[in-house]
Amino acid sequence: MMKRRIALILTFIAGSLGLFAFFFPGVPLFPVWPFVATANFKSASDRLDTWMVIVAGFALTLGVVNVVQTHGRKIMRQEKGWMYSVALLGGLFSMSAAGIYGLQPTEGIGKYTDGTSTPFDWIFGNIFFPLQATMFALLAFFMASAAYRAFRIRSFQATLLLAAAVIVMLGRIPFGEMISPHLSESITGTPGGAYLLPWLTNWIMDKPNSAGQSGIIIGAALGAAALSLRVILGLETSYLGQGKEG
Amino acid sequence: MSDRAPGKLDPIIALIAGVSLLLLLPVLVKLVLPAAAWESGPGPFFASFFETKNTSAFVLFVVFCSLVLISIRRARIGADLYIRPIAGLKAVDEAIGRATEMGRKILYVPGIQSMDEIQTIASLAVLGHVAKQTARYGADLDVSNRDPLTYAAARETVKQAYIEAGRPDAFRESLVNYITFDQWALTAALTGKMVREKPAAHFFIGSFYAEALMLAEVGQTTGAIQIAGTAELAQLPFFVCACDYTLIGEEFYAASAYLSRAPLLLGSIKGQDLVKGLVLAWLLLAAGLIVAAAATGGADSTGPVASLSKWMVSVLSHK
Repeated sequence: MMKRRIALILTFIAGSLGLFAFFFPGVPLFPVWPFVATANFKSASDRLDTWMVIVAGFALTLGVVNVVQTHGRKIMRQEKGWMYSVALLGGLFSMSAAGIYGLQPTEGIGKYTDGTSTPFDWIFGNIFFPLQATMFALLAFFMASAAYRAFRIRSFQATLLLAAAVIVMLGRIPFGEMISPHLSESITGTPGGAYLLPWLTNWIMDKPNSAGQSGIIIGAALGAAALSLRVILGLETSYLGQGKEG
Repeated sequence: MSDRAPGKLDPIIALIAGVSLLLLLPVLVKLVLPAAAWESGPGPFFASFFETKNTSAFVLFVVFCSLVLISIRRARIGADLYIRPIAGLKAVDEAIGRATEMGRKILYVPGIQSMDEIQTIASLAVLGHVAKQTARYGADLDVSNRDPLTYAAARETVKQAYIEAGRPDAFRESLVNYITFDQWALTAALTGKMVREKPAAHFFIGSFYAEALMLAEVGQTTGAIQIAGTAELAQLPFFVCACDYTLIGEEFYAASAYLSRAPLLLGSIKGQDLVKGLVLAWLLLAAGLIVAAAATGGADSTGPVASLSKWMVSVLSHK
């Protein structure tokens, strides 16, 4: 009960501080001796942000401990897929070792003065970075499969989506500009309309798309504000695992 | 339920309205007074402690807070509040039940942001409900995290939910896992889990970036029931494409109130809807005035209608 109350009080103070810093940034926080006279809502709010980085640093230790415990247990019990855990812990310890080795004054984690890589930089550039780029590159294929599913003509809305998508895709590439005059001529019967598809693309993006997005943004912003208010006032406690349901 | 006579103004509601009017009084005075009188009078005093460029935000904040607080108070004294059914949230219990019947785990990803992101807090509120249900049904849960602070908070949320559900014995540290801080390594780990361990339900609720599409697409191929929720505009289409249910923007923020059905929380949703109605009315009026000004004085009109419409737009666009 006490633990919960402390969490709610801290949430109230931290949340209110951010609000006050936005509207009353220059107002002194504690205008009386022996507190720092220059401390105001803005500086206090900035200080809280710094504290968060420090707390996150400590929390990272918790995370690393969890990773070692979870995967160590998997290896010990030889659970299904335990070899992946060996690879993970191998990566964790070798990268950490390279980082700790880089603590020496003559080492570091970047490049040596002659341009060659330190062990940390070598592992990062030759193993980690290519793996990361590979994962990112896979997105293109997933985008194609998602587009295929979305554009299948099953209803009027899906047909509309397909038509809009085809226009936008064509309007964003040189091919769209190339076929625009011919398309325009075939529709109207008169020459001209060199930028029909790019114009249509811009219209779709600026008008219907922008209107729909604005609606979602306004709703989401008000929703976020309402949730923030509930959290600051201590009405919303389910993020602490404490709901009002029975 | 209240035992007050119907039609009588509740004193708390009157107090909230009074305080709001008091807070807005300087703004009203500024609107009424000529600019020179304001500058030589109370203007410099307010500017000494108030960030004047945030005046319109302050007005919206006061109106918003007062309407939300009044709605909460109305809920507390027993007003009947209707919230429309949200398909994605109705499906949460269905997904947990399905996973329990199949004897497979539930994968919950609370986004990739830290605790300073309101979407993460909204996600943890949903996680509290999901964890309580898994504790009741005896289903297996796997909460995978990218951010260490979110991981620590999620662990406490799940632990507390299991205690509240009366199943503290069923809580294990392995229910909540830290994966990695790197976005793509996290994606690789999560997609690997989906393919190898085949969870029966996936929850992607929180703030996501480019990994959203990959998670949802891989999850879709495993046949799991997928419920996503985010306020990230760019990722919403991907979730809509690949997930069974998607909580869009405000639905996602309303999730914890909707799931708990607590009158106080539902009251705040009602207040939020009232403000949305006000903003909509303001926008429609501004649009109508712009059209009227253009029709009467042309595009470059400088008449009072045009000035009023420009002012209405500028107030909302925070300029």
